[in-house]
Amino acid sequence: MSTVITEQATDTVTEGAIRIEDVVKIYDPDGAAVMAVDHCSIDIPAGEICMIVGPSGCGKTTLLNAIAGFHDITSGSIHLDGELLCGPGQPEAVPGSDRIVVFQNGALFPWKTNLDNIAFGPMMAGKLSKQEIYDKARSMMADAGLSGTENNYPGEVSSGLRRRVEIVRALMNDPKVLLFDEPYRALDSLTKSVMHEALLEIYYRNKVTIFFITHDLEEAIFLGHRLIIMSSRPCKPKKIVEVDIPHPRDYSVLTSQRFREIMNEAKDVVHEEAQKAFDAGEKEG
Amino acid sequence: MDKSMDPTTSASSSEVSSAALTMFRLSSWLKSPRPYLMLIGFAAVLAFWFFSVEVWKLPRFVDMPGPTEVFTEWFSKEPYYGLSVYTPEYYKHIGISLRRIAFAFFLATALGVPLGLFLGWSKTFREFIFPLFELLRPIPVLAWVPLAIIMFAGSETPVIFLTFLASFFATTLNTMLGVESIDESYSRAARCLGANRWQTFKHVVVPGAMPYIFTGLQISIGVAWFSLVAGEMVSGQYGLGYLINTSYMMIEYPKIIIGMITLGIVGYTTSAMVRILGDYLMQWRVRELALGDN
Repeated sequence: MSTVITEQATDTVTEGAIRIEDVVKIYDPDGAAVMAVDHCSIDIPAGEICMIVGPSGCGKTTLLNAIAGFHDITSGSIHLDGELLCGPGQPEAVPGSDRIVVFQNGALFPWKTNLDNIAFGPMMAGKLSKQEIYDKARSMMADAGLSGTENNYPGEVSSGLRRRVEIVRALMNDPKVLLFDEPYRALDSLTKSVMHEALLEIYYRNKVTIFFITHDLEEAIFLGHRLIIMSSRPCKPKKIVEVDIPHPRDYSVLTSQRFREIMNEAKDVVHEEAQKAFDAGEKEG
Repeated sequence: MDKSMDPTTSASSSEVSSAALTMFRLSSWLKSPRPYLMLIGFAAVLAFWFFSVEVWKLPRFVDMPGPTEVFTEWFSKEPYYGLSVYTPEYYKHIGISLRRIAFAFFLATALGVPLGLFLGWSKTFREFIFPLFELLRPIPVLAWVPLAIIMFAGSETPVIFLTFLASFFATTLNTMLGVESIDESYSRAARCLGANRWQTFKHVVVPGAMPYIFTGLQISIGVAWFSLVAGEMVSGQYGLGYLINTSYMMIEYPKIIIGMITLGIVGYTTSAMVRILGDYLMQWRVRELALGDN
């Protein structure tokens, strides 16, 4: 079954394969070493929506930050399309527009209008003319149903709309990978379900690899090709669940028989890890 | 307050111009009880002044000029003590104080903002400069008076230096705090999107620190007036601080009160100008706060 999904994902996408090999991350803030990631290996084929599921504070974000280049890893390696991001001799990846993070609390610049936010990446790169960049930005906003909010500041629009602007801002740079750090955590469940459909719609139009961190199992199954359920700290894959519900998906999937079966399969493992994290009293992060 | 300003339905609020927004805020301010409470506050103080000096003649208030005397003098075409809104001397005092404030405030901003930005941005730079800065900052402006007079020639530069000093510390410190207050996600996002260090500084650090910078400038203009009056009392000719001090020595008490009220009005006006400039430069924040107001 897994090969079917992998093929489906890689059918149209040739770039954005992530290989995480034996990654260890040890924090040493005050003399006492804390292992955040423990010999973690994950292989993500190009174009897959890979959901990293685990209790809050298990070290998932550490892994995401290592891919993005926000901090180093202690050992192991991470490759993107066969090229070394970080590993021996290069402990910290260089952040770049081939891997763009969509942040937990959103990181649209509040001092720039939605349109200026979306144009930011290409404007920094300076490869295209301003006219070309803004034309592209406007048309991408129109495609994502964001027309009419170009001149609004992020603080003026709903949080759901802000998330969409942030995803479009990332896609403007033609990234290979989008890294989502629990972006919908703060949204209410009704807005969330709308956001999920909107995200899939964007994904179907711009196939990229998606590395998506969440602790919401329903979200994970609805969006993902595959769930990697992580153990609580130190973080390492504990169980992999294939979601063999065909894409494109819509909201009706949530009530299907198969959805409930997968939910049941994953639930016990997730619950067990959440219990462990709870008992250990780890701080959410 | 107004349902049409609700964030979820504000997709069309880009058409709301800043002028219209100002008018909207002004009209809702006039409809609220706030301006009337403010007037009552003013009236209460005036009434207390009037009754304590002119009606009850309280013991310690004997030498105090009453409101009638002060306002008659202030708006008289032939003022008894030679100072009113009709005498050029009055405007000379205001003008000279304003010029000193302008010099000092401009200098403090031009030096303090960049210094604060670099202090917040570069750790090495901060470790180098900040301890020295923190040692100098608590020294009150008055303690600098002798040194200012020794160091600077003439009577004008020491006053400007003293005025500058307090402003400079307030601006620098707030700008630095502004840089430190910026959520790390913003600079991470900028790096993800391909911005280099300089671009991040320009597009994230400077605008991100802007709200704190303007808070700093508000404080800065306030302490500038404070230090100016201190400076003018010991050095210099003309200026509102000088006016108050010499009026005291010449026993021309109504002029003291005229000088004080004028200081209040002029000080408030400059501070409002800084706020308006801040609002103008930070439309994003004005709009955000307008939406969050209800």
